[in-house]
Amino acid sequence: MQPEARILPVTPAQSETRAQLALILLGGGVFLAAALFMTLGARGSWAFVLQFRGMKLLGLILIAHAVAVSTVLFQTVTANRILTPSIMGFDALFVLSSTLLIAFMGSVQLSGLDPRLLFAARLIVMTLFSMALYRWLFLGEEQSLHRLLLTGVVFGIFLRTLAEFVQRMLDPNEFMVLSDMLFASFTKIDPVLMGIGWALVLAVTLWLARNLARLDVIGLGRPVAVNLGIRWRRDVLLVLALVSVLVAVSTALVGPVTFFGLLAASLARLAVGTTRHAVLLPAASLTAMLLLIGGQTLLERLFAFNTALGIVIEFFGGVVFLILLLKGGRR
Amino acid sequence: MIETRALRKSYGSSLVLDEVSLTLPRGGITSIIGANGAGKSTLLSVISRLLTADSGAVSIDSQDIFRAAGPELARKLAVLRQDNHLNARLTVKELVSFGRYPHSKGRLTPACREAVNHAMTWLDLTALSDRFLDQLSGGQRQRAFVAMTLAQETDYILLDEPLNNLDMKNARAMMLTLRQAVQALQKTVVMVLHDINFASVHSDRIIAMKAGRVIHSGTPAQIITPAILRDVYDMEITVQEIDGHRFAFYYG
Ligand SMILES: Nc1ncnc2c1ncn2[C@@H]1O[C@H](COP(=O)(O)OP(=O)(O)OP(=O)(O)O)[C@@H](O)[C@H]1O
Ligand SMILES: [Mg+2]
Repeated sequence: MQPEARILPVTPAQSETRAQLALILLGGGVFLAAALFMTLGARGSWAFVLQFRGMKLLGLILIAHAVAVSTVLFQTVTANRILTPSIMGFDALFVLSSTLLIAFMGSVQLSGLDPRLLFAARLIVMTLFSMALYRWLFLGEEQSLHRLLLTGVVFGIFLRTLAEFVQRMLDPNEFMVLSDMLFASFTKIDPVLMGIGWALVLAVTLWLARNLARLDVIGLGRPVAVNLGIRWRRDVLLVLALVSVLVAVSTALVGPVTFFGLLAASLARLAVGTTRHAVLLPAASLTAMLLLIGGQTLLERLFAFNTALGIVIEFFGGVVFLILLLKGGRR
Repeated sequence: MIETRALRKSYGSSLVLDEVSLTLPRGGITSIIGANGAGKSTLLSVISRLLTADSGAVSIDSQDIFRAAGPELARKLAVLRQDNHLNARLTVKELVSFGRYPHSKGRLTPACREAVNHAMTWLDLTALSDRFLDQLSGGQRQRAFVAMTLAQETDYILLDEPLNNLDMKNARAMMLTLRQAVQALQKTVVMVLHDINFASVHSDRIIAMKAGRVIHSGTPAQIITPAILRDVYDMEITVQEIDGHRFAFYYG
């Protein structure tokens, strides 16, 4: 029996209650955090404060949802709980795509371009890349988790390094444009990008909501899923494409975050104690929102720190990653 | 009817399936026997599209399995592998209900519920239906997986060592259940068995494999003989007939 079995529910009724309770608590927590985030320490014109903070809040919600959902989906299709898209370098892929786009087209052409078109171009390049790179990794008939883990982590490092390498070869002007594109932060979220982001993420979420049963079957692993009539190649590639879209949205808005998704997904799994996507996906999304909005409120409003949230989240996410790795090694 | 044509499969330099051509008519129980590593599981996986062969073809009712649509095939053929590990945490009932996915895409109809309940009754799981799989013994878990396969209500049922972990009583009950499904519902069952006496008593056909080849096939009376068993297992095995069934003795 696995060590976590002790904290898992024992009967279906308990399991149901626990999942519902967890969702209600998480939802309440997010609501509270959002209310505090909007109102705490506000001075001056309320209309201005609410509009300004409202924008930020919308951004945080979008990022949290995209990161959490992409992590859970990725873990479902790869049948593991340790790797995430960002550990595998999906976000590095997005950085790389943007870098290559600039390297080949030049900053002059790019800066004249409609930002929506530019985002679309980056997204398409990234999705094609990820399809090409990851199809051989995930579509094999016999999979070893250890091989996947190893190649995954190595791939992530490789892609990040490659992106950095290409960046060093850019001329200074182009590099400026690129860093503008890449290092957006919570404090200066581009409203146009956010609009596109919301549209894309809502579309993905709608598709997911209608395919929860299919995701559950995919989560049973390739042999059982194929037996139940899942077209494995097609469906896994489709889900990986959705993951690419989600990662692209969050990376475009805040830049790469390595361990945040893992932290949110792992905490959500603990909280709900079930693998049903109808419960797990919203739970992960709410957990991520709670971490991000709650964390931001605490640091910014109470402690008056400004940029530390990313570091704090990455630290705890990294710890979770290590724990999972060690636990996985013992099994 | 299941037909395989010249199936070949190798891992690295070792040939695991060597030109396997078989015809399994509709109806009846076919058992596949052979030593560890003979290629039985590989053959079953290739027939059920879980594994692709390097060359050769498989067809079911004259339709190529790799060209058949996934969901349609899942309503015609169900397969259970030798080892089943799930990442998901499910109750017995939830697992068995997954067998209905090809029919209902996750929304259980009254007919689905009935099929699920039948499958659980056949495998004596009703009392365990609300238990999580990680709270079951090995044999109970094995029965839950077989129940899922039966709940799929397919014409063809492929099982890799379904008697794994089962005690005498449950092993016999499962064989009788399968017999009944074959007789009453005209199912076609193909299974890998290590207990050659179960194969002898309950099969209509036995296929013997060795080193990736089908070396013998026929009725139990034709296969369960000292000469053929020696050929298959490389050991001396006595065979006796009791009550019209042939039994192999290899314990002493
Ligand atoms: N993924 C794999 N990679 C390499 N070799 C494999 C792989 N799977 C199976 N084999 C080899 O193929 C051969 C046939 O394996 P298979 O599982 O079909 O045997 P089997 O007849 O089912 O044996 P058992 O009775 O032990 O279940 C074995 O020699 C095995 O070592
Ligand atoms: Mg086997």
